[in-house]
Formats: sequence, C-alpha cells, structure tokens
Amino acid sequence: MSDWYRDFANSGLGTTITKQLGLPRPAELRRYEPGQPLLPGPAVVGSAGEGRLREEVTGLLRDAGVTVVSPVAADGSADGEKLAAVLLDATGLTGPADLAAAHDFLAPALKRLRPSGRVLVLADPPAETSSPAQAAARQALEGLVRSLAKELRSGSTANLVHVPFGAEGSLASPLRFFLSGRSAYVDGQVLAVTAAELPDAADAEQPLAGKVAVVTGAARGIGAAIARVLARDGAHVVAVDVPAAGEQLAQVANEVGGTAVALDITGDDAGPRLAAQLVARHGGVDVVVHNAGITRDKLLVNMDAARWNSVMAVNLQAQLDLTQALLATDGALKPDARVICVSSQSGIAGNRGQTNYAASKAGVIGMVRSWAPEFAERGATINAVAPGFIVTEMTAKMPLGTREVGSRLNSLQQGGLPVDVAETIAWLAQPGSAGVNGQVVRVCGQSLLGA
Amino acid sequence: MAPQTRKAAIVGGNRIPFARSNGAYARASNQDMLTATLDGLVARFGLQGQQVGEVVAGAVLKHARDFNLTRESVLGSRLSAATPAYDVQQACGTGLEAAVLVANKIALGQLESGIAGGVDTTSDAPMALNEDMRRALLAVNSAKTLQQRLKALAGIRPGQLVPEIPRNAEPRTGLAMGDHAAITAAEWEIGREEQDELTVRSHQNLAAAYDRGFFDDLVTPFLGLTRDQNLRPDSSLEKLAKLKPVFGQGADATMTAGNSTPLTDGASAVLLASDEWAAEHDLPVLAHLVDAQTAAVDYVHGGEGLLMAPAYAVPVLLARNGLTLQDFDFYEVHEAFASTVLATMKAWEDPAFCKDKLGLDAPLGSIDRAKLNVHGSSLAAGHPFAATGGRIVATLAKTLHEAGPGKRGLISICAAGGQGVVAILES
Repeated sequence: MSDWYRDFANSGLGTTITKQLGLPRPAELRRYEPGQPLLPGPAVVGSAGEGRLREEVTGLLRDAGVTVVSPVAADGSADGEKLAAVLLDATGLTGPADLAAAHDFLAPALKRLRPSGRVLVLADPPAETSSPAQAAARQALEGLVRSLAKELRSGSTANLVHVPFGAEGSLASPLRFFLSGRSAYVDGQVLAVTAAELPDAADAEQPLAGKVAVVTGAARGIGAAIARVLARDGAHVVAVDVPAAGEQLAQVANEVGGTAVALDITGDDAGPRLAAQLVARHGGVDVVVHNAGITRDKLLVNMDAARWNSVMAVNLQAQLDLTQALLATDGALKPDARVICVSSQSGIAGNRGQTNYAASKAGVIGMVRSWAPEFAERGATINAVAPGFIVTEMTAKMPLGTREVGSRLNSLQQGGLPVDVAETIAWLAQPGSAGVNGQVVRVCGQSLLGA
Repeated sequence: MAPQTRKAAIVGGNRIPFARSNGAYARASNQDMLTATLDGLVARFGLQGQQVGEVVAGAVLKHARDFNLTRESVLGSRLSAATPAYDVQQACGTGLEAAVLVANKIALGQLESGIAGGVDTTSDAPMALNEDMRRALLAVNSAKTLQQRLKALAGIRPGQLVPEIPRNAEPRTGLAMGDHAAITAAEWEIGREEQDELTVRSHQNLAAAYDRGFFDDLVTPFLGLTRDQNLRPDSSLEKLAKLKPVFGQGADATMTAGNSTPLTDGASAVLLASDEWAAEHDLPVLAHLVDAQTAAVDYVHGGEGLLMAPAYAVPVLLARNGLTLQDFDFYEVHEAFASTVLATMKAWEDPAFCKDKLGLDAPLGSIDRAKLNVHGSSLAAGHPFAATGGRIVATLAKTLHEAGPGKRGLISICAAGGQGVVAILES
C-alpha cells in the first residue's frame, strides 16, 4: 500500500507545491533492513549537568560501529558529516537552571541533523528524587522532548528514556532500538527501563535465533507482519488464527517457515490446548504476541451486547486467559519469556464509536502493568504496544478523506506500516530487552490523539 | 533388509473443505487442490523445505497432462523439491490404498516418513475428443502429402465435434454406480427411511464435529470455503423424505440425491512416519496403521453387487488379526450411498451370506451404530473419489487419539470396478 501523497510531496513538482501551500511534507522514513548499520552517519553525545551515562553511551555507540563526533559549536560549525543522531545525557540535572545546558547542546546540533535523524534524551525518572527542583527539571524534559518531536521534520524522531540509578545496563537494547530504523514510527515517547539480569549479547542480526514465538491473529495485516519480522530475526513462529482464516494462515506459516495453528482463542479450552501443543511440539514458548483483535464499532447507545461481548472476548479476555494458561502449564512459558500485548491508540485516547474496542485495549494496558512485577520476578517481561494509524487492508477500506486526514494527524505526517508495529514488538521480544517491563510503547508517529 | 516390520504411525492430516461439483472449486484443477492440501499439511507440521520420504497420491478423473500429478504438486508445494512422488489410482479406494502403500514402506524400513493423499475434481474434469474425431485427426496427422491431408480433413463431420464427457458409469455394464447400488439395495431390502436416517446422522455428526473444533487441525480452508459445501446441519428426515428417488426403478426406488453422495471436488493428505521420525520431529502419533486388505467381486457375471467387495475384505482382515467384527471402538464405513453402508452391515449379519459367500461358520454379526462414522462421513462431507481415503484415515486417527491409547478402528471403503479396501487403525 503506497502513500501516494507522500510520494507526490517528495517529487519535484510536489516539493514546490507543498512548500508553497504549506501542506504537510511527509518524509520517506528510514526503516530497518538486515545488515544495515545502526546509524547512517555519525552521532553526537552531549550532557546537561554532570551525568553518569555519557561514557556508557559513547561506548555502546562505538561498539555498534557508530562514529561519535564532538559537540557542535553554537555557531553550527562542526567537524565532518551531518549528524544521524543527537543524544543528550540529562542524568546530571539538579534543577531547572541546568536545562539551559540542554538547550545549548541541542539547538546547534539539531541544525545539522540528517533526514530520519534521531534525538534521544536519557534522564532519571522524576519520581525518584525527593527534591522538587530536581523532579521539576526531570519532568521538564518530557515537555522538551515531546515538543521537539513535533518540531523535527524529514522523518526525524525524538524520544526520552528514563534510566533509574542501577539500571544503566538495561539501556543498551532501547538505545539501539531508538537509534535504528526499527523505531521509524515511534516518536515523542517516554520509556522507562528497570534493572534486570541481562543475557550475553545475542547475534545482532538474529537476536531471536533458537526462540519459539507464538503470534495470534497471524493470518493477515499486522499479525502477518509480526510473524515475518520475528522469523527474520531468527524465531520459529507458531502462527495462530481462527480456523476460517486457515488458508491465509498456512500461507504466512509457510512463508516464514513456521507452524500454523488454527484455533479460536476465545474457545473454552483454547489456552490449555495451545499450551499443550507448545510444550509437546516446541518444548515451550519464548515469545508470546497477543495480536488478535477485532472491531465492532457502534455508538454506545446503539451497541448491542453481541458487539460488546465479542470485542471484549477476543481483545482482552483471550489475552488474559491465554497468558494465564501458559503460566499455569508446566514448561509452557520459558522463565525468561517475553509477552507482548497489542493495545491501541484508541485505548489511550478513546475513539467515537469504539467504546467496546477502546475499553478492551485500555484493559490490556491495565493487565500488562498488573502482571509486570510477577513477570520481572521470573526474569520475564510483559509489555504493551499501542499502534496508532497503521496502513492495513482495514484502513484501505476507509473513505479517502477520513483516511488521508487520519493518517496525517501525527508528527511524521503519515500512517505507519504494519512492519513498524512488528519491529517494535520484535525489539521487546529480544533477550536484551529484559530491562523493559510493564511499558506501553506507542507506535503512532506521535499522534495528536491522546498525546 | 529390516529384520522385522514396524507399524507406521499416523501423525496427522490435512484436507481442504470438499466442494460440490461446479461449486467453490469450479476453476481449481487437481494440481491446484493437491498442492494447497500439501501446503496446508506443511504449515501444520512445520515441514517447509523438508524432504519427506515419498508422497503418494492420485486422482480418479485425470487429465492427460496430469500424468505426474503428485510429483508436480510436490514441486509446486513448500516441501523440498528432493521429495520423490508417484501416482496411484484405485478408484474410490485410491486415498486409502496410497496410505497403505506408504505405511507398508515405513513398516519395511524403506521409508521413515511419507505423505499419502488423493484429489478429485468433477468440475475441472477432462473432456476427450469424440472417438471418431480423434481417429480422423490422427489420420490428418499421419498424412504425408497435402492431397492426403485434405482427404483426411474432408472426412470430418459436424457430429464428431461433440466431445466425450466422462460419465460416472461402469464401463462393463454401462450402469451408473447409483444404479448398481440400487440393485444391491433392492436385493438386501434396504428401506428408504433407514437410508434417510443414516444420512441425517452423517450431517449431524459432521456439523457437531465442526462446531466443537474437531476439524481445526484436519482441515485448511481453500478458495473461501471453510466447511464442506455439501454439509446440511439442519438436515432432517422430513426434508429428506420429500426428495424423489434418482436411482432404481418403480415403487421400490429408495435412493435419492439426499441419501447418495453428490459429485464433489476436493483433496486430502495424511502424514505417516515411523515412531522414531515422529519423535525426532517432536510430532504427535495419533494412531498406527495396523493392517489392510483389498478384495474384488465379479459384479459383471458373478451376481455380486458392485460395491460389496469390502464385505469380503473385512473377514479376511479380521481372521489375519485374530479379531471379531465387534472388537472395534470406531467404524468408518465410507458412505458412497446410505444403502451401501446398510447393505454391507446387513450382509455381515446374514448367516446365509456369511456361510455361502464368505465361507464362515457363523455370521460376523452386527456393529454398534453409536460407533459408526461418529464424525460424519461422505453423505455429509461429499466424496471427491480419491480424496475420501485420506479424509477417513486422518479423521479416524484423531478420533482414536482423542479416545485414548489402545483404541481400535476399522475402515471400509468400496470402489468402482467391484473393489474394496479395508484397514485397521489403533491408537
């Protein structure tokens, strides 16, 4: 599904017209491909206050083959190429006055940012200080980063990662994600990492090698994209969908060299059936992606019980029941499992005509946050991914006007692709993402809705 | 040589929903359907790019271009191209015979794994040139001079343009299979109502099996069809009673379009293996194929019914395995026609038939109807000739597996040409 408007805006005539008329100028986003370097150009690391991460971040970048250049002078002069990433270590903030240093570092650097550039700010969580001034400064960064994300053009993104004291080791995986093309459509987000036991570094090209991943709703759309990306990263994918979707499901499973399981996940014995098969056939499961979801839109006053109940059953209850069944079955869920639950922008922002859908997707967030501590104890994680406007067969059926407007209401001025959601999920599935738990990652291009 | 034989394991199966003739698969070829069925099996068991010992399948109605149908389907599938394949054909017994062939090679240690299958289309059926036209064109082709060629072409007549369409009839009698079955039904005095009852039960059993998800790991939808097109969950005696007889003559005609299988399109496949292969691949063993037997009857001159051969094959199989007809937990008797199932069972209960025709001291006796075709059979699912065997083997294997270890099932399939193929499965 091509974005005709984006292609037009990037054409010779289109560039002139959209500039003259002040129309949105969506960029071609840098997306991940195997073998790609982490960044297409050099990075610069600066700090505000006496931070503790600058050395660590510089080391991580160098390990990933990134050239780290010295900060750009206020007059914009700097050595060499344009920047692919600008990283700010703000863990040294003591009060609002230190924020001036953030401005001083960022302003000249951003002028030299390449298209699809990355701005990543690292800070301590505001809640983890008893000093109101320090908490104010830390919280101020959210306003800074979210606004910056809206100012950036040409497919560049800005995100903020909270790194509490003692969780520095957990930073590597999110850092690589946010800088890479995997996070193309993740913009203006705040992610918190926690201290976790981290495995030895995995093969960067095949981070999921030897892992078994089950994906529900895998026959088409976002689910099929998730299956493809997980398989690309090395996982054996157990693709689940309703029996009626079996033909497409088999095609997806065969495409990714996985296994097709036709199963109605809302059935009474669906959880135990799936758990038993995962144990018998695959020796348990490492990655669970609860992706299956349906919409049955109606205004609440006109909504019948069937619409309400079916959406709840598939989108929320099945996620609870399957997870519970996997936890309850010996050997089904590996100790360091990664469970990723697909929520939605509607679950955060609400959407007219989607009381049932939004309720179910908000419920997913509640479930993830509640389970996170228990998962952390066993070395596992559970997270939610909330897609925004993602271009699928479903959106292709929307009226042109609604679709065009809907897809532009975000900082990147375009709809995301199923692969953007899949990349985020595959990142959360990595063994190295052990320190990302109980989070809700929006894949929405910094949507204006529910921001 | 393997020092001793072993029992082949049935790992699982796959089929596409069966479609009524000129229905959902009107434009699908045998190769399309068999390839899709193999791919569904590959997806279910994660066999992408893997080499399976052999794939054995066949079709009853075959185009000349389909001479290597199974191998061509393997090449089009996600199996390794290094997977050998061959075609077999034993009319409606094709699918079961293919499974027996694969199982026997596994039993002998010649194969570790194999896929048995079958496919048939009555929609995309081959149509041959009119015989006179064919001869005329052969003459044109062999003509050496223009003059000879013109002379040969001049021999062609408009009437020769009418093609030869395959008929569901026995070449030696010219009678349709249904006409043959009607003769047998009359001989055994099989009533209309008991045929309709059997039919209703077939539809109800099949519908219930679909509803409880029994076919989730046995069927993969194809071309938009998710359940067998012939299935009528709301079938009833009242509705069936309204149908006019289509086979048989006069007031005694009992066989209708309801209690006979319709022309059907579809394909099926079964994955068989040694226990070791299944264990190595972390795949389940649903059941084992214990033994099988074929028989044929002289329906042309010998006075036996066309579809009565399984009645002869079963006692041979029972004797060799030291079993009685009652030693089974499930029976899968292919429902070519409701009357065929009923006549076969009546024959086994009949002292005269068992003594005179089968040479037995005592009748084989009756079978418990509650154990018969418990997940529906051909009357409801339809009957794409060569695909029926694979459907039955996979369905029975899963039925036995669900019932627990040590359960035994009997398969009985009648076939054109007065033949029958029967087999024993055990969980």
